[in-house]
Formats: sequence, structure tokens, C-alpha cells
Amino acid sequence: MEKFQTTLGEPNAISIAFFFVFVAVTLWITWWAAKRTRTAREYYAAGRSISGFQNGLALAGDYMSAASFLGIAGLVSLKGYDGLIYSIGFLVGWPIILFLIAEPLRNLGKYTFADVVAYRLQQKPIRIAASVGALTTVAFYLIAQMVGAGNLIKLMFGLPYELAVVVVGGVMIAYVLFGGMLATTWVQIIKAGLLLGGATVLVVLTLSRYGFDPVALFDASAVRYGDKVLAPGGLVANPWDAISLGLALMFGTAGLPHILMRFYTVPDAKEARKSVFYATGLIGYFYILTFIIGFGAMTVVGQEAISSIDKGGNMAAPLLAEAIGGTVFLGFIAAVAFATILAVVAGLTLAGASTLSHDLYVNVFRGGRSSEAEEVRVAKVATLLLGVLAIVLGIAFKGQNVAFMVGLAFAVAASANFPALLLSIMWKGFTTAGAVASIVTGTVLAVGLIVISPTVWVDLLKHPQAIFALKNPAIISMTAAFAVGVLVSLLRREPAAAAQYESEKLRTYLGVGAE
Amino acid sequence: MRNRSASEVLGSSELRALVRQRWMVSLTLTAAILVVYFGFVLVLAFAKGSLAARIGEHLTVGIPVGVGVILFAWVLTGIYVWWANGRYDAAVASLKSQLED
Repeated sequence: MEKFQTTLGEPNAISIAFFFVFVAVTLWITWWAAKRTRTAREYYAAGRSISGFQNGLALAGDYMSAASFLGIAGLVSLKGYDGLIYSIGFLVGWPIILFLIAEPLRNLGKYTFADVVAYRLQQKPIRIAASVGALTTVAFYLIAQMVGAGNLIKLMFGLPYELAVVVVGGVMIAYVLFGGMLATTWVQIIKAGLLLGGATVLVVLTLSRYGFDPVALFDASAVRYGDKVLAPGGLVANPWDAISLGLALMFGTAGLPHILMRFYTVPDAKEARKSVFYATGLIGYFYILTFIIGFGAMTVVGQEAISSIDKGGNMAAPLLAEAIGGTVFLGFIAAVAFATILAVVAGLTLAGASTLSHDLYVNVFRGGRSSEAEEVRVAKVATLLLGVLAIVLGIAFKGQNVAFMVGLAFAVAASANFPALLLSIMWKGFTTAGAVASIVTGTVLAVGLIVISPTVWVDLLKHPQAIFALKNPAIISMTAAFAVGVLVSLLRREPAAAAQYESEKLRTYLGVGAE
Repeated sequence: MRNRSASEVLGSSELRALVRQRWMVSLTLTAAILVVYFGFVLVLAFAKGSLAARIGEHLTVGIPVGVGVILFAWVLTGIYVWWANGRYDAAVASLKSQLED
């Protein structure tokens, strides 16, 4: 088979045109949203005006990052079946969010998940601890996205890395700073539509070559690269690693601050519930498409061509688009990937900014006494600071391998945020000291164990042997966070908090008094 | 049964039953996804050869199983929403209508 020729990496007029249209439309939406964003409720929660279906699309938009689109398609194209294992892990957290978290979170909270944990406990210690968990998660996720953005845009458009990071950071700041949650939500919705539409067209065009029979495509890849591509391979060598990664993916999803924050944009618990159903369906559909795209790239483009352009296979989906739909379709898919990165970093920045302003500034520094106008002003300053910090970190981490940071963000979310949130919803006896101890244990163990794990200790710091054998710490760090939270709460009871657990039931289950 | 105070509703057997039923449904569905997902992970970890079993000329059983886990997760969310939109919301509406303004 002749070597696949690509125009990837050269400035592509079509893709630049698509991208400018996307930026123009989203900035117009930002301008429209800015006129409707005055109060804190509007800035953080889009005035609770988003419908269940719209929020389902926005949740899917927040979750389907460029890493999952390009990364998983690439993983499938090079490793076959193993890529599906990640997709499944990323999806199964959504039912957990729905069954355990979404409705109580919506009814009890206002803008952040810390609202729920702090509801019947002492505000200041909880807010500080929860902010540490939330900001750690957001920071690792954000660095991974910014570095990914720089690399991908350089690969796709031939734009210098630093310029790409500055463009992404600048446009994203504009969305969040002026348009708040309303603009961020609509950017997510448009991006989700483009991504799902683009992936669908890519799959239909690919399958048209195989008589619209996915099995024929799988057969063709097995003929070319052997039957091993259709079976689990070396990705999960250590069984405990597989379980630990599974825990992090499943419960990390239910602890991601930018996802949890979305539930405050809908009017009530019923819409929150419906939005998870839509989001799960859309994300599941997307992962199934990604799986087919991966095999399409493997068979149509070829593994050699994919890995010659990027060792990690990240360009598999754009290369398949070019092979099947020519430069025009490549331009479209590349612009969609760019839009995806923009939307995800916007959501992350808004989540980080609301933690800084709502949890730390208003509820800790000002003791809850702050005017609406002041809170919005502080949130905007926090947005600007975080946006600039994201650009600086994106440039500082240039050339570093940051793939582990997404895994770390999920591990911290599963260990620091999820146990405290779940215990505060489900357990009457949960105390302030228990919550703080649980969050601190989860954060410190998750980050500490990753540092001495093979991922950082061996691959990054070049030590010969890892101190902690597992690549993902969740099995230890999440279990410990639950155990410490329960033990410390049992050690000294907090009767006032337990009493309030009973009286808040009207709000938790009936939505009486929910904001 | 009109105009009960908040504390009367809080102490009512209806609310207690509602909360108990809500968690029974949620935790049953949670158990279902945990069993299916970690069942899949454990097979991957300890018996991955079984997922490589052929069911076609090249096709392995692992592919429909994997896609099946994704579909199963979505169907579970559908079951919960169907239950909550009907039974749960009706009970919530009834309790709320008894509350004094």
C-alpha cells in the first residue's frame, strides 16, 4: 500500500475559515449573553434558564474533550480494542452521577458542589478544604488541556505552540469573562452539536466503504493487522491497575467540579435528572462513533502513517477525515477539534473561578457577607487570573508529557471531591472534621501516590523503580478518603449537623426552598 | 390532609417511605452498573482471553460486550428517569401540596 500523503500541519484555508466562523458566532453569543449576565445567579448558573435537553448537550460538550475525541480514536487506531476500555470507563460514571448525586446536589446547592458539603457543616473549614480539592482537579485538567491544545493546533495548522496557547486562552477568557455561564453553556451546546455531527458524518462516510457494515470494517482491520486488534491487549497488564483505573474513571466523573456546576444551570431537580439521561446517551453514542473512527483510521489510513505523524496516534481522526473527505472535511474536523478545546477550557476556567470567588472569597474571606455586585466582580477577576495562569502554565509545560495529568485529575476528583460529597448527601453522622479529613486525605494520597507511581517516578523523573506499583492511585486514595471520613466523624459527633440532616430533607427530596 | 406544617411533613410516614424508596431504587440501579462494569473490568484483569473468543470470522465477543456495557449504562439512566418522572414526582407533588404556604 502506498504511503498516505497528508496536508496536515500546513495552514489549511478551509479549516481557518471554519474556525473564524465558529469564533465569530460564539463571540456574538458572548455579546448577547453579556447583556443577560448581571447577577451572581446569572454569572455562575446562567440564571437557571437552561432546559434539561440543553444541559444534556452542554454536559456532553464539557465531557467530550479533544483528548477523548482525538486521543481515544488514536488509541483505538493503534491498539484496537484497548481504546474501548477507556471509553467504557469514561461513560459509566454518568449513571453514578444520576443515581447518587444530581438531584440532592441541585436541591441543596447554589453554585458549587462545596455548597452541598458545607450546607449543614461549618462553612469556613469545609469551603477551604473543598476548594483545595476542586482547584487541584481543575488545575491538572486545565494544564493537560492547554498543553494538548498547543500541540494539536501546531500539528493541525502549523501554528507556533505559544501562539496557539495564547489564542485559545484569549478567546476562552472572552467567553467566560463577559458571557459567564450563559455564553459558556451555548459554546458547549454548539460545540457538542458540531462534534457529534462531524463524527457522525465521518462514521457514515467510512462505513459507506464497507457496505454500512461495521463488522466488515472490523474484519478488514483484522486482516491487515491481525486478530489481536479485536481483543484486549497489553493495556491492562496488572489486574489491580485495571481496577484502580476503573474506580478513578467511574467515580472521578462524579467529582469533576465543572460537570457538577452544570446542574445549577437548570431550573429544578427534574430537569437535572433529565439532563443526565440525555448526556449519557449522547456521550455513549459519541464513544461508539469514536471506536468506529479508530478502526476506520487503522484500516483506511494505516497504523504506520498515523504513528509517523504523531507517536500517540492523536491525528488518527483528522487523517481519516482527509483520506475520506479530502481537505475540506479535514478542515472541518480540525476546526471542530479546535472548538472542542476552547469550550472545555472555558468550562474549567468558570468552575475554577466560581470556587475562588464563591467558596473562598465570599464564604471564607468575607464570611458570607458580600454584595451581589461584589461577588460578580470578584468572579470576573478570578476568571481573568485563571485564564492568564492557564496560558502561562500551558507555555511552561511545553514539551512535557502531561497525559498523566488527566488521569490525576480523575484520581483527585474520585478521592477528594466524590467521597465528601456522597457522604454529606447520604450520611446523617458526617461531621465537619470528618469532611475536612476525608478531602485532605484524598487529595494528598492521590497526588502523592501518583508522584511515586511508575507514571511520574519512572517515566518522568527517570528513577529505575517506582515506590508505588500502581499507575492509578484511586483504589488506595479513594478508599482511604471514605474510611478517614467515616472514622473521624464517628470519633466525635456533631449533633447540630445531624439534626439539620433531618430538617433539610424537605429541601433534599422535595426541593422545598431550593434555589 | 391539607395544610400540614413543615415539621409534620418531616415526621410523616409518607416522606419516610418516599426517601426510603428513592434510595432503594437508586442503590439498586447503582449496584447494577457496579456489577456490570466491575464484572467487565475483572474479566479484563483476570480472564481477558474470554473476551477474545470469536463469534464471527474475525469478530470477537469483546466488541458486542463492550458496546453492550455502554448501552446498558444508558438504559439504566432511562429506567431511573422513567421511575422518577412518574412515581417519585407524583409523591413529591402530593407531599408539597399538603405543606402550608
